Amino acid sequence: MADVQLRKLVKRYDEVEAVRGIDLDIADHEFVVLVGPSGCGKTTTLRMIAGLEEITDGDIRIAGEVVNDIPPKDRDIAMVFQNYALYPHMTVTENMSFGLRLKRFAQEVIAGRVSEAAQILDIRELLERKPRQLSGGQRQRVAMGRAIVRHAKVFLFDEPLSNLDAKLRVQMRTEIKKLHLRLRTTTVYVTHDQVEAMTLADRVVVMNNGRIEQAGAPTELYASPRTRFVAGFIGSPAMNFIPCVLEQAAGALRVAIPGGPSFDVPGDRTARYAASAGRKLLLGLRPEHVTEPGGAEHPSVQAFETVLEVTEPMGMETLVYFPMAGTQVCGRVDPGAGAMPNKRMTLVADMRHMHLIDEESGLVL
Amino acid sequence: MSTATATPGAAPPRGSMKQNRRWALIWSYVFLSIFAAFFLLPPIYMFITSLKTSAEVSAATTPWWVHNPTLDNYKALLTSREFMIFFRNSVVVSTCVVIITMLISILAAFSLARMKFWGSATLATGVFLTYLVPDTLLFIPLFKIFAWLHEVTDIQFINRWWMLIILYPTLTVPFCTWIMIGYFASIPKELDEAAIMDGASYMQVLTRIFIPVALPGIIAATIFAFTVSWAQFLYPLAFTTSTDQLLLPVGIVTTLIKGDVFNWGQIMTGALLGALPPLVIYAFLMDYYIAGLTAGATKG
Repeated sequence: MADVQLRKLVKRYDEVEAVRGIDLDIADHEFVVLVGPSGCGKTTTLRMIAGLEEITDGDIRIAGEVVNDIPPKDRDIAMVFQNYALYPHMTVTENMSFGLRLKRFAQEVIAGRVSEAAQILDIRELLERKPRQLSGGQRQRVAMGRAIVRHAKVFLFDEPLSNLDAKLRVQMRTEIKKLHLRLRTTTVYVTHDQVEAMTLADRVVVMNNGRIEQAGAPTELYASPRTRFVAGFIGSPAMNFIPCVLEQAAGALRVAIPGGPSFDVPGDRTARYAASAGRKLLLGLRPEHVTEPGGAEHPSVQAFETVLEVTEPMGMETLVYFPMAGTQVCGRVDPGAGAMPNKRMTLVADMRHMHLIDEESGLVL
Repeated sequence: MSTATATPGAAPPRGSMKQNRRWALIWSYVFLSIFAAFFLLPPIYMFITSLKTSAEVSAATTPWWVHNPTLDNYKALLTSREFMIFFRNSVVVSTCVVIITMLISILAAFSLARMKFWGSATLATGVFLTYLVPDTLLFIPLFKIFAWLHEVTDIQFINRWWMLIILYPTLTVPFCTWIMIGYFASIPKELDEAAIMDGASYMQVLTRIFIPVALPGIIAATIFAFTVSWAQFLYPLAFTTSTDQLLLPVGIVTTLIKGDVFNWGQIMTGALLGALPPLVIYAFLMDYYIAGLTAGATKG
């Protein structure tokens, strides 16, 4: 196993710069998820680590060694592809042992490793089947088995769950997490699904436009996003962004929403936001912080009235949507709160979790 | 054929799906019958004529019936030393051409389809354009090249059957490479990337992954190369003259037509026997051939 370091990594295709000088340190045993929208450079970064794409500039180090010019086969890394990429003419055993056979491992070693991986992945009864005789989930297990038998230093996953249906995706997500907890192999995992990123990662790296927007533990990214992009990308439903003006009155700060309510900024945030008083900003509030009144009262939990436009009962909660300052705001209420479309309802905004965002720079203040 | 869709006494309403399907089937059978008759009549005529004596061929009886069937034509050809030489020459030339063609085409197609390098796209188009140049345009320049080579090296190329092994690939390699490029391109890129990650070299990716996966395409290309070299007429006619150097298609025509005397019975027998090897190969490999030609049409 090994650590992976990316230093000023650049990938340019003719005029297009897909990856723009990223720096990232992935510790030994760490599970890092690269997440971002299509075209953000996450897959290109992964493919450069794999050696499937040449590096335009910068360095990649695996276990301290610069691997820029080392071919994929000599990097000692295993990769799981989105569409499984199983060899269709080989059985599951042959698929899993292909890499070991190429490296001329002894038959007993190969048999032992295949058997061990099959046991871990619970695919022992599939070993003699061909890929076309397997379901999507089984194929993905075999693809992982192919990586496991290699005992590689680093595992790379390229959107491995994208081709599975929703239920199987959740199941396989847990399997991958269990697998990592068991093997502790350094893993770089690429996905566009922020839920996958949050649930799997030790550390999430959010990428956008070929750059790293923010890297940190899932809870850190969720609670303290540094940019509007991260704030909006992480979390489902996404964070609400409401246009507002930060007003100063008698030493306190208020967030005034044009044509809507005003909320007091919690006292412990006053110093942080003071310099931005009088500016037009965006108020960022997650849906779970816009909810029905109830529970322990707190001065920063402030009520307002609104007329609901749409409600979405989810079972354990109901999502409510209403207009505010020209945008649609989403809140989360208890299913028993009686939320109905066109109903006037009192909601509360928990300003302890508020974010203020500079619209121009996109930075969270 | 099944007529289960038609219920007696209750014709499906006009414009219904059943009615449409019925008409589609009727027209299919009409045109398929015309097509089959058009293409099967010549071999049937050949077979009938091959069973006739020369006297019966020239007699003013119906050409579609044999009154006194005989196997004399078959006996005469199969015991003829010349015919056996033609057959042997054709078998050796076609087999060697198929081997050479497939070796070149598979390697060329793999590099053009997968190993991106400067000019690879232009080269791939060039391969196809080469195929579009007809052999009738090529044989005179080729003749001159071989004559020049004879002057330079003192090796006799003209009127040697083995030189056709060098010539025929000029006809077969471009098309086979083109088929294989299409077939290799239909193999997902991740498959070779997975093999490369597993530690395979380019040659191992080709031999361990591409060739087994693209086997139907390779068989299609093999059949094509064999058919083209087996049936080629112009090059052996232009480049070989001695009886012991001739190949089957030219040999039959040149030895069985003497002046203005046409030995029709033996000509037809020779053509029929000559058509047998490709027929046998087609019959055995038909499923693979069709799979090969339609590969990439739909995402598998």
